Amino acid sequence: MIALLTRDLRLAVRAGGGFGLGLAFFLIVTVLVPFGVGPETGLLSRIAPGVLWIGALLACLLSLDRIFALDWEDGSLDLLATAPLPMEGIVSIKALAHWLTTGLPLVLAAPVLGVLLSLPLEGYLWVLVSLAAGTPALSVIGTFGAALTVGLKRGGLLLSLLVLPLYVPTLIFGAEVARRGAEGLAVQTPLLMLAGISAGVIALLPFASAAVLRINLR
Amino acid sequence: MMLSVTDLAVSRGGVPVLEGVSFALAPGRALVLRGPNGSGKTTLLRTIAGLQPAYAGTVEGAGERIAYAAHSDGLKAMLSVTENLRFWAQVFGTTDISPALRDFDLERLEDRLAGNLSAGQKRRLGLARMMVTGRPVWVLDEPTVSLDTASVALFAQAVRRHLEGGGSALMATHIDLGIPEAEVFDVTPFKASPRAALQDEAFL
Repeated sequence: MIALLTRDLRLAVRAGGGFGLGLAFFLIVTVLVPFGVGPETGLLSRIAPGVLWIGALLACLLSLDRIFALDWEDGSLDLLATAPLPMEGIVSIKALAHWLTTGLPLVLAAPVLGVLLSLPLEGYLWVLVSLAAGTPALSVIGTFGAALTVGLKRGGLLLSLLVLPLYVPTLIFGAEVARRGAEGLAVQTPLLMLAGISAGVIALLPFASAAVLRINLR
Repeated sequence: MMLSVTDLAVSRGGVPVLEGVSFALAPGRALVLRGPNGSGKTTLLRTIAGLQPAYAGTVEGAGERIAYAAHSDGLKAMLSVTENLRFWAQVFGTTDISPALRDFDLERLEDRLAGNLSAGQKRRLGLARMMVTGRPVWVLDEPTVSLDTASVALFAQAVRRHLEGGGSALMATHIDLGIPEAEVFDVTPFKASPRAALQDEAFL
């Protein structure tokens, strides 16, 4: 398991590994929004939490099809399936590797990019907390989508359509935490819902992902 | 422990390709599958490796004892030869990769990225992976594709050593491997009678 994780992380940072793809996309979105909306600080700071969340979500979506596609193309997914690792473990490690290479950098970059959107001072902490609690769910749900579409040529579009509705609850509660935090309101309820969604999908979805992956490998 | 296949029927895309296949493979023995293209050798091997369910019959003594090598080698182009091999060794819980490197003449290529290897060198690395799995039953699908005669000899030697060590090997191939003690099993007589798809494969 550790070997698989280190291999995936090593591949991600080598040439063509796609590390930083999501981060660059996130940067582009948050830089462009002020140009599109106009230099009105009041309006920007009001929409900042939502924009940061949508940017992070789309950046996460961008790299999902790589989770299994590369291993499928070179045949290592077949070989991993016959290895002594449980399939549930393989998909969990894949999701973890995706979060470490995509989700975590987004979480860390969000406060920096918040400056560009004139995020209110109280908001920084809650944007960071909500993304830290929500992005693991994005990676795990995305891994399920990637397992469903593995082996399909140009499966990226289908993957996005399948995964986006599943992302909606995470987005609603995540953005709500960030918004309330920025306005200085109580964040406990949406934060607990968000953490609950993350914990639930981390516990349950790997079983579903493993099942669909087994079917797709036939 | 023997690998025994009893009355096995396999399907591809929901259409049966082989049925009534029975054979046994004892430790120390090798079995070569033969048959024309599309006769179901790959499907049979994938079923025995546990990648897809059989729709009838049983496979015994497989599961965790099998090391499977498919048409593609499962190499990562951006990892070096040693990194690729060491990864598989760790996955299978073994540590020593030097015999595998030596037997497949990969020692001079150790630090080369797998993406920069020639097709034959990649294949050799893919076959070297079998040695680091430490598993007794090798299931090989067309192992000699893109190998030159010298490499085929290296491969035959590795298989022989594996057999001497009490392992066994099941191979689908079209060429003569130079392993005279290997038995030949022709799958052509077991071709399934043509009929429509049995059921939706996803829900087998």
